[in-house]
Amino acid sequence: MTEVNEAPAGASRGGDGTEPLLRLRGIDKHFGPVQALYGVNLDLPAGQVTGLCGDNGAGKSVLTRTIAGAHQPDHGEIFFEGKPVHIRSTRDASALGIETVYQDLALANNLDIVENMFLGRERLSRGLLDEDSMELQAAETLSTLRVTTVRSIRQPVASLSGGQRQSVAVAKAVMWNSKLVLLDEPTAALGVVQTRSVLDLIKRLRDRGLAVMVISHNLNDVFEVADRIAVLYLGRMVAEGPASGFDLQSVVQYMTTGSTSGRPYESAGSANGEG
Amino acid sequence: MARADAHGQNREAPVTADPGETKAGTAGAGTTDLTLDATVAAADVPPAILAQSLGQYMRSWWLRVRSGNSGVLPVVLAMVLVAVVFEIVTPEHAFLRPSNLVYIFGLSTVYMVLAMAETLVLLLAEVDLSVGAVALIGGVIAFKLVQQPGPNWPWWLAVLASLVICGAIGALQGSLTALLRVPSFVATLAGFLLFSGVLVIVLGGADTTVSLNTSVENQNIIYELVQGLISPLVAWIILAVVVVAAAASQGLRRAARRRKGLSVPPLSLVAIRIGLMAILGAAVVVICSVNRGSSLRSVTGIPWVIPIVLALCAVWTLVLQRTKFGRYMYATGGNPEAARRAGINVSGIRIWAFALCSATAALGGILLGSFFYGEYSSNTADPGQLVLYTVAAAVIGGVSLFGGRGKAVHGVLGGLLIGGIAYGVSLLNLGSLSTPLQYILPGGVLLVAVLIDVSSRRGAGA
Amino acid sequence: MTAEPSETPAPTAGATTADLTLDASVAAADVPPALVAGSLGQYLRASWLRVRSGDSGVLPVILGLVVVAVGFQIANSKFLSALNLVNLFEQSTVYMLLAMAEIFALLLGEIDLSVGLVMGLGSVVVAELVQPSGANWPWWAAIIVTLLACAAVGFIQGTLVARFRMPSFIVTLGGLLILEGVAIIVLGGSLVGIGNSQYGNENALYNIYWGSFSPVVGWVLLVVLVAAAGTGLWMRDARKRRRNLVAAPRSLTVMKIVLIAVAGAAVVAVCNVNRAHSGVIEGVPYVIPIVLIVLGVCTVLLQRTKFGRYVYAIGGSAEAAQRAGIRLTSIRTWSFVLAAVISGIAGVLFASWQVSLTTNIIKASNSYVLLAVAAAVIGGTSLFGGRGKTIHGVLGGLVIGGIYNGLYLLGVSSQWIDVVVAGVLLAAALIDTLSRRGAPDRT
Repeated sequence: MTEVNEAPAGASRGGDGTEPLLRLRGIDKHFGPVQALYGVNLDLPAGQVTGLCGDNGAGKSVLTRTIAGAHQPDHGEIFFEGKPVHIRSTRDASALGIETVYQDLALANNLDIVENMFLGRERLSRGLLDEDSMELQAAETLSTLRVTTVRSIRQPVASLSGGQRQSVAVAKAVMWNSKLVLLDEPTAALGVVQTRSVLDLIKRLRDRGLAVMVISHNLNDVFEVADRIAVLYLGRMVAEGPASGFDLQSVVQYMTTGSTSGRPYESAGSANGEG
Repeated sequence: MARADAHGQNREAPVTADPGETKAGTAGAGTTDLTLDATVAAADVPPAILAQSLGQYMRSWWLRVRSGNSGVLPVVLAMVLVAVVFEIVTPEHAFLRPSNLVYIFGLSTVYMVLAMAETLVLLLAEVDLSVGAVALIGGVIAFKLVQQPGPNWPWWLAVLASLVICGAIGALQGSLTALLRVPSFVATLAGFLLFSGVLVIVLGGADTTVSLNTSVENQNIIYELVQGLISPLVAWIILAVVVVAAAASQGLRRAARRRKGLSVPPLSLVAIRIGLMAILGAAVVVICSVNRGSSLRSVTGIPWVIPIVLALCAVWTLVLQRTKFGRYMYATGGNPEAARRAGINVSGIRIWAFALCSATAALGGILLGSFFYGEYSSNTADPGQLVLYTVAAAVIGGVSLFGGRGKAVHGVLGGLLIGGIAYGVSLLNLGSLSTPLQYILPGGVLLVAVLIDVSSRRGAGA
Repeated sequence: MTAEPSETPAPTAGATTADLTLDASVAAADVPPALVAGSLGQYLRASWLRVRSGDSGVLPVILGLVVVAVGFQIANSKFLSALNLVNLFEQSTVYMLLAMAEIFALLLGEIDLSVGLVMGLGSVVVAELVQPSGANWPWWAAIIVTLLACAAVGFIQGTLVARFRMPSFIVTLGGLLILEGVAIIVLGGSLVGIGNSQYGNENALYNIYWGSFSPVVGWVLLVVLVAAAGTGLWMRDARKRRRNLVAAPRSLTVMKIVLIAVAGAAVVAVCNVNRAHSGVIEGVPYVIPIVLIVLGVCTVLLQRTKFGRYVYAIGGSAEAAQRAGIRLTSIRTWSFVLAAVISGIAGVLFASWQVSLTTNIIKASNSYVLLAVAAAVIGGTSLFGGRGKTIHGVLGGLVIGGIYNGLYLLGVSSQWIDVVVAGVLLAAALIDTLSRRGAPDRT
């Protein structure tokens, strides 16, 4: 476990010491007089699942949207594959290989699985939709992710169960040479069995070498899939490191009080070790 | 981030990481003068509740307008604009002549009633496109029932029957919408088509007319609804009584609230409101008292229909603002799901709203027939045009298409404006242009009104 | 098959059977039957299951056509005569075009109440432009300018809806008022006619509705159409099967081609019968291929292009479409432009049909919007957006045309016809609403 205010430099790197896929340093974001993020540092290494935890209002959504390009940070730097980048829009993020699956999944109920997976990025052949190649690729992606319970790939998305819809949304994110996938509360509305299949899916993403960040309230799910855990408290990153260094109680304490030392978190201004 | 100091007071505006917590940036969230707090204004608290003085009231009202809830300001401005423009362009500047003004009052009452009817449905974020056709049916039914030889019903019974029948029609449309979930604009669109056809059937043919025989007292009463006049003296008395009663009731209510320790609007505000009412009422009486006939046969006095319509407005205002039913209407329009969870019978409210809308429309139809000198044929009015004028009147008066916002008085103001425009155009003697302008102008007015409504909703963050 | 009841939508037995058409869960899952069926028999069974689970598709309109045909023929034996049928086809084309226009708005979850008046305005403009004493434009130039003018109207309405987010029924309500006024101004207060056969331009316009191909040409066109459609369908399915994609069974494709051929042959045969009282009038009217061309273009646009895909996406979930990077404003605006242009085409046909246009006819054109909406909904397009095809407009337009024609033949007065059409619209809307069982609460 690493408390950020005690961290020696380099401790938040990936386990084998290589440069993480995405690195945030000193990210600030405010909306009018409201400061949403204070000097947030975060590392998202490839091939690992990072669980982002925090209570309501801690800033998880803002941080996710900043990475996804929906917000621009006021201060701080973002490094992608070691190079500094400016993510000015969701298109920039997609171009880099960052895909986001939001909590409401953003699926059109009246379209089928193929149409949803290619929504906004359809393939054309001679000016018209190239249905065949889109269908082939969608089928291939689903089978690679071992999403097999779907009866027909031409089934309208409205008729899928919650877990299947989540799988389609994840497959949609993964299909585009993505390197980093952000999942916002993927299991929030799912039953036990469906949660299981989504968690397995997340592990498969990791096994393919993607970097995955999962926001979740459900600490059981987080501990099941996460290789790293990061905790936000009132806009500050109060803990970040390999999951082995946390347990349930310490995460909860970080989420609710900002530290495990038993006292309320006090920002002395220079508490963030690396910026 | 909120920091508790030694006394546990927040030293600065509360800050959380979630930007949705506080509204548009503000300073001084801790001031005692709530009218200065922009968040309170944006939160749509009625200024009268916040203000402790007249100055504070004006300031908070202005903040409210700027944050998007402009209320009756657009329609009042529009009326001024219309009056000025038409007065300039009308031949001989005749627009503001008392005889024309009285004609406008009379014509407007039809639109006022129809707009009030439509408001009931608009408050629920629905629409009733059949209100024109139903109004005409209601008028024809009443007219037919007092015919002699024929059914020869007493006038009040004929009117009542007309209201009940149209109310049932409305209830049917409301049931389709509320229980069977057919979108209201389709159900009432079909109703519009249906009742346009039924109208001709009830009339007995495409060119038949049913008219009132003014020598028969029973039928004359209906004729007199719009055409009959109250003498100026009686009008002044009525006005005085109404003003005094309003002043008394407002004053008593204020005193009662003060006694119970509740917030009261500043006394100067109450005085201004009463004063405004008195002045406007006096203006109307004065205009109507001017002799608009000739020296041989003087024609003075207020048409009966004006106090009738104002009374109707008062009734609807009372129902909407001070009864449980009215409260439930606003709740259903604002957030139907929350209303349902609070135990409100949302479907019942919807059905009642459509029923009352159609019944009120029937009253409007009866007034329409009276306005057109007691004659009803299928050419009297175009039900489609009526609907468009009605919706335009309600929306520009200040009723929101998205539900939950609007008052009966908005219908009155909007109806007056539409009546003014409609008549003003016909006065302009534009020859071949006057007919098309009667379509183009209300259409344009409707679009502008809705544009304002939509933008104001966006400004208020709704 | 899992133990989780939410995993499989409907309780079923034998969910592991190879014949997916027997699987009620698949039917309830709304998979198009054509894609799961391995044979024609399976296809029929799957379609029936689907109907029973609530999605009746084009079944109501087919039933409606049958009822109309049988019912009116019984009431008046002239209904199915060649002369009347051709009249019916011709009149229906206006309804079909307006319904196709309306469908562009309905798919988005919006509505366009101005289609009737756009048609009216278009008719007046095109009639005025070919007047020899006035503008005296060549007929094709008049038509092009008319369509451009209608496109402009659609652009304005579309912008108000798409960019300013005003409710579409209000925008098009105000729009139709304004258009009515403008049309009356263009008309100049009296009447404009295109009945003078000595003026070439007027005559050309007149012939659009009243003219027809010779019988031989009719058959040739049919053969070309069937051959093209047949080859296209066959090749597409063959290619899908080759690449192991989801495809319909061969026998189904054959049936589709046969159906097109038979229906087409019936229409051509009926049209080729001499329907004049004296002399000879025979052949397929020009308007039928005109409508079919519009049908073809719109179908390709909606089913096979990005634009069409985005229209369906916005109708299904505007939120999802926006997240996917789709530009809602431009898709919505262009849909209204298309609706207006198609209404403009209807206007050209309308002018040709009415021959002389008066103020009253302009006012009456307003009622066509109800017929358009009714036709679209009867045909199977949903009022709530995201569901529908242009063929629905054609089928629904035929039903409405049949009802109008039949009632007129029976001597029913126009106000009763209005009543009947209102009832039909209501019934169609009811079916649409009820078939959306499980749709989210309409708040």
